[in-house]
Amino acid sequence: MAENPISVQDVAEGLQSVGYLPGESTALVSFLAAKLGKPVLVEGPAGVGKTELAKALAKYLGRELVRLQCYEGLDEAKALYEWNYRKQLLRIQAEVGGTGWDEVQDDIFGEEFLLARPLMTAIASKQPVVLLIDEIDKTDQEFEAMLLELLSDFQITIPELGRIEATTHPVVILTSNNSRELTEALKRRCLYLWLDYPELEHELQIVRMHTPELPETVARKLVDVIRMVRELDLKKSPSIAESIDWARALLLLGAREIDQDVFRQTLSVIIKHRTDLDIVAERVGVKLEPASAA
Amino acid sequence: MPPVKAIYGGLPDKPPGSFDGELLAFAEDLRSEGMAVGTSEMLDAFDALALIEWQSSSDFKETLATTIAKSPEDRRVFDLVFERFFFRAAEAQAVRLSVSEPQSRAGSDELDLEALRRQIAQALEDGSESELRDLARLAIAAFGKGEGSGVLGVDVQRIRRALGLRTEPQPDLPSDDPRHDGLPREQLRRFEQHLRRELERGLIERTQALPPKRPLSDLDRSLPGGPVQDLAAVHKVVAQLRRRLASQGHELRGANRHAHVDVRATMRASLQTGGVPVELKFRPKRPRRPELFVLCDVSTSVTSASTFFLSVLHALHDVFRKQRSFVFIERISEVTEIFQRERDFRAAATAVSRDAGVADISGYTDYGRVWTEFLAEIESELHPRATVIVLGDARTNGRPPREDVFAAIAAKAGRTFWLNPEPRLYWNYGDSVISVYEQYCEAFECWRTDQLEEFVKALTKPTVR
Repeated sequence: MAENPISVQDVAEGLQSVGYLPGESTALVSFLAAKLGKPVLVEGPAGVGKTELAKALAKYLGRELVRLQCYEGLDEAKALYEWNYRKQLLRIQAEVGGTGWDEVQDDIFGEEFLLARPLMTAIASKQPVVLLIDEIDKTDQEFEAMLLELLSDFQITIPELGRIEATTHPVVILTSNNSRELTEALKRRCLYLWLDYPELEHELQIVRMHTPELPETVARKLVDVIRMVRELDLKKSPSIAESIDWARALLLLGAREIDQDVFRQTLSVIIKHRTDLDIVAERVGVKLEPASAA
Repeated sequence: MPPVKAIYGGLPDKPPGSFDGELLAFAEDLRSEGMAVGTSEMLDAFDALALIEWQSSSDFKETLATTIAKSPEDRRVFDLVFERFFFRAAEAQAVRLSVSEPQSRAGSDELDLEALRRQIAQALEDGSESELRDLARLAIAAFGKGEGSGVLGVDVQRIRRALGLRTEPQPDLPSDDPRHDGLPREQLRRFEQHLRRELERGLIERTQALPPKRPLSDLDRSLPGGPVQDLAAVHKVVAQLRRRLASQGHELRGANRHAHVDVRATMRASLQTGGVPVELKFRPKRPRRPELFVLCDVSTSVTSASTFFLSVLHALHDVFRKQRSFVFIERISEVTEIFQRERDFRAAATAVSRDAGVADISGYTDYGRVWTEFLAEIESELHPRATVIVLGDARTNGRPPREDVFAAIAAKAGRTFWLNPEPRLYWNYGDSVISVYEQYCEAFECWRTDQLEEFVKALTKPTVR
């Protein structure tokens, strides 16, 4: 695996070789991230491959992926580290009467009693890793503030132990669905990548890459239809992952053509809301060819 | 030629110094358009530029963008300023070194105009950037001769019309003509940009001076989008509102926001381990649930704004469980149930106008009566954690405003907000009595989504009590 890419072209080909077709700016930003050692903030609508990018990068760079899934109420104990309270208690109990307080105190706040959580794991790892902080916009602002030290200096301060510095430089990817504005301070420390739904041709390539057996004409039609559906005002627009799922479903059904019948039967693969189903059937379904008599 | 210079702004005094200087000037240009570009961002940009090949202009641009522009809105401004800045820089340098573009192909008079029309339309369908640019030059040579009006926008439109390029279908043309089904809007816009640039370039060459810099207008700045996106934008802002309101409870608890050990549960769990509390149990954190009461004016004076208001109301219902909504004209009518039942906005809007049963005799708002009825209906439910939001223009049609009743509502509720769909300029003119209410609540002008965002910010600002 390429440990150290030398050009943007390198990264683009590398990502492609592990099954991820990057857009032009995606490859460029990935390259810069690996070279500059700066975190990347990836924003965009749901399902355009933000998380996939991190996975593909890890695969391509031959590194382990450490993932931190964010949610409302996530705190240091779950993200950074926690003292292994039970083990500490057992330790104290095991030593009852034997040793003095000072000794035990020194002892129980050692690394042995530390439970490393994802961020800590990424920092302390001997091998360089790819750290994915997923859906950062779901956390509170306080948590963002806590990340700042990690993102700019790659170090963590633990009051009882002191500072833990990264021995290797992780590639950090943060993703956000843009459901709230992130703080300026966080943005300033990151490179920024906006991923949008891909261009028609690009999406066609992606679909073809994942389902090479699907006839070209069907794939093209599929991408066309997806494009039309995305233009509607829906609760949830179909993502790239759903285009691929749809392509697989069509392949399984052995569809030679997307006509009204096929469309109606497989609609639920790309549309996940009942009201959306009606809108799409009404606005897009009618534009397709009626089912052939056979 | 001093007079010309005076009109067109002339050239910058000094030639570009170094490359660094030029980039910093670019950053300055971005700042003048309101983007926050910090020194650290510029340092990153320089670091990053050292790593890439410069042959590809798109790589160069993307590198700058990824280090400098950090939101979709910023990116939009960045693209526009990038275009403007480097175009001007290149032209200024060209004038200094007196490089001029070779005049477009000789004999353009004999150009087959109809063939050119079709060629351009074809290129719009599938053409590349450079092809579009060449064709834009040809078009100017063919149609833009001599009689330039002096105003670029006018010339661009004149040439476009002469070429017969339209987005709407033109059925009288032969069906193999690309213009038959109408041209893609986005492509046409790009072609117009090329036309504008080429015209500008010609102007600079003739006058040997740069025209004054055109600041970006609000129209350029806003992301392209239609009414559909507006609705989505409202939903997005309201989703933010919910997040901020939900986390507000935590903030107010300050130092106490760490978990508390639930002694009782811990002791109970310790029975399993012979009385040693191995497993700590914490009291669950319960975020405070904000309760909303929303009053929405649907009378004729706010017709234009009421779609916006209803969509706000609809979006609020999507995210808040505990919300009661009322619409009013002369009297109030509760619509909570309609919004809970109808997930689709359009259906909800028609249902409101059909079943809401707003007792509507004159069609004129009677705020005094509305307050009295509202207070009577929900007095027992108002408490200091409740938030009341009024959406209306505060035009009483000469009826008594009854601010005393409104004050009573505001006093019972924790916070009271007023969103007024009129620009602040019109407040308190005519029968608008917003000022008598404003002393009991916080009033905001709100007719665009960015103002709604302002309101969200104010609403969620930590309060000191």
